Amino acid sequence: MSLEHIYQTILMDHYQNPRNAGTISNATCSLHEHNPLCGDEITISMKLEGDRISKVAFDGKGCAISIASASMMTEQLQGKSVNDAKQLIDTFLSIMRGEKEFADHPEFEDAMALEGVKKLHARIKCATLSWNTAKKLLSES
Amino acid sequence: MFTTPELEAIRKDFPILFRTLADDRHLIYLDNAASTQKPKPVLQTFQKFSESSYANIHRGVYRLSLEATEAYDQARKTIANFIKAKSEVEIVFTRNATEAINLVAYGFARKYFHPGDEIVLTELEHHANLVPWQQVCQATGAKIVAIPFEPDGSIDVEKVIAAFSARTKMLAITGCSNVFGTIIPLKSIISAAKQQRIVVLVDGAQLVPHYPINVQELECDFLVASGHKMLAPSGIGFLYGRREWLALMDPMLYGGDMINEVWIDRATWAEIPNKFEAGTPNIEGAVALGKAAEYLQHIGLMRIHQHSEALANYAASALQQLPNTRVLGSSNRSGIVTFLCTDVHPHDLASFLDAEGIAIRAGHHCTQPLHRKLGVPATARASFYLYNTQDEAERLIEAVEKAIHFFSGKKVFFGQPPVLKET
Repeated sequence: MSLEHIYQTILMDHYQNPRNAGTISNATCSLHEHNPLCGDEITISMKLEGDRISKVAFDGKGCAISIASASMMTEQLQGKSVNDAKQLIDTFLSIMRGEKEFADHPEFEDAMALEGVKKLHARIKCATLSWNTAKKLLSES
Repeated sequence: MFTTPELEAIRKDFPILFRTLADDRHLIYLDNAASTQKPKPVLQTFQKFSESSYANIHRGVYRLSLEATEAYDQARKTIANFIKAKSEVEIVFTRNATEAINLVAYGFARKYFHPGDEIVLTELEHHANLVPWQQVCQATGAKIVAIPFEPDGSIDVEKVIAAFSARTKMLAITGCSNVFGTIIPLKSIISAAKQQRIVVLVDGAQLVPHYPINVQELECDFLVASGHKMLAPSGIGFLYGRREWLALMDPMLYGGDMINEVWIDRATWAEIPNKFEAGTPNIEGAVALGKAAEYLQHIGLMRIHQHSEALANYAASALQQLPNTRVLGSSNRSGIVTFLCTDVHPHDLASFLDAEGIAIRAGHHCTQPLHRKLGVPATARASFYLYNTQDEAERLIEAVEKAIHFFSGKKVFFGQPPVLKET
């Protein structure tokens, strides 16, 4: 897969038109994380209603891969139960570590466009920053 | 710049430059400020020494050990000559410049500094010339006085001199910024420091590979450098220290090779420089470093400097012409050009250029305080050396332009995002 493929269409679309970008006015929890090595910053905020994530948004700055990945993640987590969300995040992180395959998890939809990032070893942490932040937020909430 | 035949001859010495990509184009290596490639004479010296003369040094009475010891000692002489030290006993082999600075911080600063003493350095410093001094301050109660850099990436000599006080014990200063490429006017700064009896350490990691150095004329007390930035293998570097300071310094590591006499409850140290080289050192690395220094001298450091400077200046002015691109620093550039494209994150740019076969660095280049001051977390850096060509510089510019087109054009998510309304 060429680099232009990796950056193509879906990923660039999420980078240039990020979904759920911003903050939630009545969020029940939020968490700010940053990667001092590359300066990427992200804040994930959520509105939890009982056991359900009724709203999730992200705010931050970073490279195309980190912004697109955050955007894709918010689409995935929206409306999920906390347990399902945690499980989904764990599966995503396993895939990025090369322990599982997107091919066995079609539920990731757009996020499957991050497949190519697995080959750019130096960039995997860009793709996982938002997911790790959401994982931490959910386990603290 | 080197003439075309000169450059072709130099490039033939570096096998890695002929590594090709999928489409048969040659790899373009522009991360020389991070580490440099190795020429055949260095590789051959390393291999020949390992194949025919290797043994442990300073102990065997057999022929191989004597040959190895001789080669190691000869490398020390070569390095002493390379920087015009008075004697080879003033050269200590270390793993790299970082270890050399730590050695001075532990063996010298921690021993002699007191609460209230001041260490003057600049905001250009690499973490390697900052963090060890922070630790000295924690241990001794000394404090750091940091001189800001000017908007063009230079250091104002008057500001450094104005920072000197009766409490200033040490000036620890880079000779060349690894971000802006600025060459620091060391001569005038050091002569002012000497008048006030301030001990001076020069971080030569970027300077020594690019510029002829004469430590006696410079009058610095310490100079550090890394072999892997000057055509030698990684894992070898050196500390130059004036004989009288080295004699006063404590070792940082203890064990074999650095001792004179050992009893069960105590020991005495070997003479300098051996007292700082505990354990079996990187013998092959030192021998290869000696060869690398000879190679650089043979080509001529001033010519190498002029060549890399010309390429960096060309790249800087061409990048400046690209849309939404800002080149950082402007004065007295060595082979380094650091820049920012508003529409392309440096990491995306580096990945994009990598796919074009061009290796550049993206990140903070081990200078977080400097980047914090610039107000950006990361920048892109291309750094040139003796084997780079005008054609490579031109291909860099074309590829950056291509990346800008690829990533820009639409709304880019930076800055103030919208607040989502409750539905």
